[in-house]
Amino acid sequence: MDLLSNLALGFSVALGPTTLLLAVCGCVLGTMVGALPGLGPSNGVAILIPLAFTLELDATEALVLMTAVYYGAMYGGRISSILLNIPGDEPAMMTTLDGYPMAKKGFAGDALVLSGVASFVGAFLATIGLLLLAPILARVAFMFGPAEYFALYLLAFCTLGGMGSNNQAKAAIAVCTGLGISMIGVDNSTGLTRFTGGNMHLFDGVDFLVAIVGLFAVSEIFVFIESHGRDSSIGVKLEKITIPFKQIIATRWTMLRGSIIGFFAGVLPGAGASLGSFLAYMFEKSYASDKSQFGKGDPRGIAAPEAGNNSAAGGALVPMLTLGVPGSGTTAVLLALLMTLNITPGPLLFTERPEVVWGLIASLLIANIVLLILNVPMVKIFSRLLEVPASVLLPGVTMISFVGIYSLTGSYFDLLLMIGFGILGYFLRKLSIPTVPVILGILLGSHMEVSLRRAMVLSDGDWTYLFSSSIAIGLWTAAIIGFIAPLFLRQFLNRGISKKEPSQ
Amino acid sequence: MSDRLTGVIVLVIALAFFASATQLEMPFFSDPVGPKTFPMLVSGVAIISAIFLILRPDQEPEWPVIGTFIKLLIATIILVLYAYLLKPLGFLIPTALNASALSYQIKPDPKLSIITGICLSIGLFIIFRFGFGLGLSAFPRWLVG
Repeated sequence: MDLLSNLALGFSVALGPTTLLLAVCGCVLGTMVGALPGLGPSNGVAILIPLAFTLELDATEALVLMTAVYYGAMYGGRISSILLNIPGDEPAMMTTLDGYPMAKKGFAGDALVLSGVASFVGAFLATIGLLLLAPILARVAFMFGPAEYFALYLLAFCTLGGMGSNNQAKAAIAVCTGLGISMIGVDNSTGLTRFTGGNMHLFDGVDFLVAIVGLFAVSEIFVFIESHGRDSSIGVKLEKITIPFKQIIATRWTMLRGSIIGFFAGVLPGAGASLGSFLAYMFEKSYASDKSQFGKGDPRGIAAPEAGNNSAAGGALVPMLTLGVPGSGTTAVLLALLMTLNITPGPLLFTERPEVVWGLIASLLIANIVLLILNVPMVKIFSRLLEVPASVLLPGVTMISFVGIYSLTGSYFDLLLMIGFGILGYFLRKLSIPTVPVILGILLGSHMEVSLRRAMVLSDGDWTYLFSSSIAIGLWTAAIIGFIAPLFLRQFLNRGISKKEPSQ
Repeated sequence: MSDRLTGVIVLVIALAFFASATQLEMPFFSDPVGPKTFPMLVSGVAIISAIFLILRPDQEPEWPVIGTFIKLLIATIILVLYAYLLKPLGFLIPTALNASALSYQIKPDPKLSIITGICLSIGLFIIFRFGFGLGLSAFPRWLVG
């Protein structure tokens, strides 16, 4: 009954007045972030983290607040998918395929409620999955030595890079860029400064929050200016909200299937929510006996990807908490939060700081119920946010980014560095070089190097030590497959997607 | 062409990084691999990837026209100025100017941009100062004394 006592500990933390209030605030903020056009979960979480620090919260509270924002943004992302046919974030892309056609037929309210319920089922089951699987994985992780960790980081880079880009060379360049940036500053084990070019400001290294806000939020400004903030108010009007009980009951197994698929896609390091919603949709379509309505507003086509997307979001927390390897862009941002709070994720977190882990899990269970309320009866309020014009939203996001970083570091040099990362992010996005591996490289670079060097100390410089255990060999194999397999899979998936395009 | 150029730039940076790593002095008491091995490995991977990119570039991305590039350059200059002015001039004035300018860049409507800038500046100041308790000064120090 270990689990029950852990949960009791968790709820005793989560039901504290401050934590509860923060969870609710996080849900509201997150849904807003998700609903606002052009402000995805990773951007939203990134610009809010520096502000969360100014509130001087303790580790659990900060983590609860930001994870609630993360969950909320995943819920909120579907609103613009359904009403505007524009995914609020990448994982919500599959929801446009059936969500928008259904809204066009006049069932926008039904589509929003159905997808809200599917999000709830996905996120709730994933949180249950998290609390069952995380302790087991944490126990496995105890067996990891430096060689295994080195291989694990490599696996994360290979799968995230492999999945996230259409060109393996570009993915590798993105990873190397991040790793290179992470090496700037003082080398911890020898005290040598590296790659600073003699610049005093760089001796402490590059603050990863500066890099994250620059690459995600500031680059967004440039992209928007380029697109002239092409206004997208050609969407569907939302009339009144009714609850389509029949459709909810009819799609209950769809939601369950989507959740399970999504969860496992999320747990894979580097795969993330986009893959979860994609696989859930594809599976549901191939499973259905009557496929004719898919792409034209089939309720199953909304329930499956939404359950998959939100379930993957929860699943991605498993490797992040147990191994310190994020499964997606947004969990990478959450990892940055943990590291700034001086919490090292990994198996020790579960034994040494159980109140953080279990408080978080219990808060997520509560947050899900709050999110269901926010996203079903109150969805109309949030859908108004779609009307915020880009010419107001983007300057606002910029100011929040600047003030957040400025209040965190108090140095104009970091602001300049952030603008520099914004420009870098813009060019990377134009060249379709993925930015998430860059972030992951900056975050994990020093850990990866320390693992390598520890392994070499243990083996006295024998490189074969890196492949000396079966776990390590397994991870290396998975890394190589994860990097190469997308080359072949892509051709198969591309065929799938092009068939899936709704015929307008 | 863009990909080839990117490949060349990455190649040059990676070579410089590699060269810089080889220059690092090995401290007397060091672990077997020392501080230079990992940077050399990473820049090695980058060099190989860059060569791949030069040999097999993707399709040319859609670059904006010159006019848009000038707009992006102006936006960058505005942001850099903001970074320098935020401390000496206080929050309200630079923020209002910056937000107006950015808003104008996205949607060239002078009246709307100025209103957006002023409202955002005051609204965010209230949120940051009283909601988050940040020690922002509203106006330049020398003005309020």
